[in-house]
Amino acid sequence: MKRKEKLPSLILKMIIAVLVAVYVLFPFFLVVINSCKQTADITANPISFNGVSFINLFTNLKDVINNTHFRFWFAFFFSVIITLLSLVLLALLGSMAAWVICRNKKRWSTVIYFTFIASMIIPFQVVMLPLISTFRDVGRFVGIPMLQSVPGLVFAYLGFGGAMTVFILNGFIKGIPVDLEEAASIDGCSPEQIFFRIIFPLLKPVITTVTILNGMWIWNDYLLPSMMLGQNGVVKTLPVAVQAFVGSYVKQWNLILAAALLAIIPIIILFFFAQKQIMEGMIEGAVKG
Amino acid sequence: MREFSTGRKITSFGLMGLGAILSVGGLVLAIMKLLDNFRGAMIIGGVVMFFVGLYLFPTFKHHRSIVNVIFLFPLLFAFAVTVIVPLVLGIGYSFTDWDGIRVRGFIGLENYIRMFKQPGFLWSVLITVLFVVFNIILVNLVAFLLALLCTSKIKGLGFFRAAYFLPNLIGGIVLGYIWQFIFSNVVTKITTAIMQEQTYSMLSETKTAFIGIVIVYVWQYAGYIMLIYITGLNTIPGDVLEASAIDGASPTQTLFNIKIPMIAPTITICTFLTLTSAFKQFDVNLALTNGTGSVQNFFGNYLTNGTQMLALNIYNTAVINDEYALGQAKAVFFFIVLAIVSIVQVRVSNKREVEL
Repeated sequence: MKRKEKLPSLILKMIIAVLVAVYVLFPFFLVVINSCKQTADITANPISFNGVSFINLFTNLKDVINNTHFRFWFAFFFSVIITLLSLVLLALLGSMAAWVICRNKKRWSTVIYFTFIASMIIPFQVVMLPLISTFRDVGRFVGIPMLQSVPGLVFAYLGFGGAMTVFILNGFIKGIPVDLEEAASIDGCSPEQIFFRIIFPLLKPVITTVTILNGMWIWNDYLLPSMMLGQNGVVKTLPVAVQAFVGSYVKQWNLILAAALLAIIPIIILFFFAQKQIMEGMIEGAVKG
Repeated sequence: MREFSTGRKITSFGLMGLGAILSVGGLVLAIMKLLDNFRGAMIIGGVVMFFVGLYLFPTFKHHRSIVNVIFLFPLLFAFAVTVIVPLVLGIGYSFTDWDGIRVRGFIGLENYIRMFKQPGFLWSVLITVLFVVFNIILVNLVAFLLALLCTSKIKGLGFFRAAYFLPNLIGGIVLGYIWQFIFSNVVTKITTAIMQEQTYSMLSETKTAFIGIVIVYVWQYAGYIMLIYITGLNTIPGDVLEASAIDGASPTQTLFNIKIPMIAPTITICTFLTLTSAFKQFDVNLALTNGTGSVQNFFGNYLTNGTQMLALNIYNTAVINDEYALGQAKAVFFFIVLAIVSIVQVRVSNKREVEL
């Protein structure tokens, strides 16, 4: 027997839910309508539809995309490349490391595991300044540019994302029976074959989780790329480009909001298609982390 | 017993030897500052060749250990170079006069003493603590209420959950600028219309700007925390709720005597998440107010960094004011506080969970 909810209370809840949704979504609505306006119409009334037209939207978008501080296509391209490379490497190298740590119950593996866990509490600020100087010095020493370069940034994401990735993957690998690996080993599989043919394919669900968590973080991250790439370099990620653009054009709201729109759209499209996975991934990451 | 072909042995030893020569040679060139464009490729190529050789090493007994090393090395190396080395260096630098490039001398605790003598820094600590407290309470309260709403029997639950979560997808920089627009252009229009007189942006006044940051943060973060509460609420077994309904418990009684105690672990997780993320808040702070705001009298000092939280204060000290050692000392302080607070929080909550 379940308690039947009374109709008035249900309607009240529905009204609250709708009001909250309106409040939460209203900023997005404002971004959309005001990037379809000219500055004068925004100053006159930012809430009304007066002056909204597709022509304005296209002019604004064109201005933003061609702006030398923003350079949307470059920033978009670099953001995609950096995020994808980091995600693929984190998933692959992370699961390799997690598997080794999980399947070797030795002192060294415990030490590595707890170092990873303890490192998750380290705030970025405390390593940020020495990181930049180390990367600059090491890069200069070995002759590989580490700052203002895609590989350098991906390398940094491997280092910063590694701990959480290994932690979550480790939790999952623990649940895979060792018998599976022993059987394969008796059948003549080498350790690397066991990993790539048997374990890695089984990790698909947890790799999805890890990829979503890391992806959300890397795509939106501002401080690390801004410190490593600088505001004026060729290589820029989208958040850095937005910051550089806004910093150079004070209060040109039609352009700033058009830039914001461009920065938002890719992730909204992605969310539209992978809503369930993204939300579940974020929950799992939080509950396990 | 299987045997290894001579070819494999030669390949293995050859690659390992060549790899070692190349990488050591690269390092020697680096010390001699020669061949700027080639030594990087030499070192990387050498290391890769060495590992391929190691992988082909003719042994059955130690093959597993070799695979372990090869599997662990890349991630551990990246982790050591980006986290461990800078952490150790950073703690060391905080006791010196480091200027971002070189260290001239060891100055003991001088940076730490100086930072506590800066009224601006103390103010940042104060408002960061305030911000964290406000957010733990508000985010969790709002998120929990939304979670209750989203586990009730209203229509369109999927839509509401997704909509509430949406702000969390967008980075703090972009959000900060969007809300800067809203506070200074939209809200002022509305308040001007209501008050019938010219009003100014709430971001121009320290107190209201602080409230503004809290509003944006709750708006962004509550949807995410709500999802975790929903998961927690869904783990409560249906028969427990049914039993309480049969026993005649009112919805309020069910809420306080069953639902909240049963999701205590979820509350711990959510408090921890809001605590650490509010403490580290940087992006929204930078984009929304950039830390500006005047404080007329803070122990007799006039301050201009009214809304500057700790993370932004550290960044500005080092990067904008070029005081790297001082910024680093502040960062170490930040790290210690964050570590202590999170450990205490987890301990206390765990204890309470056991008692419940």
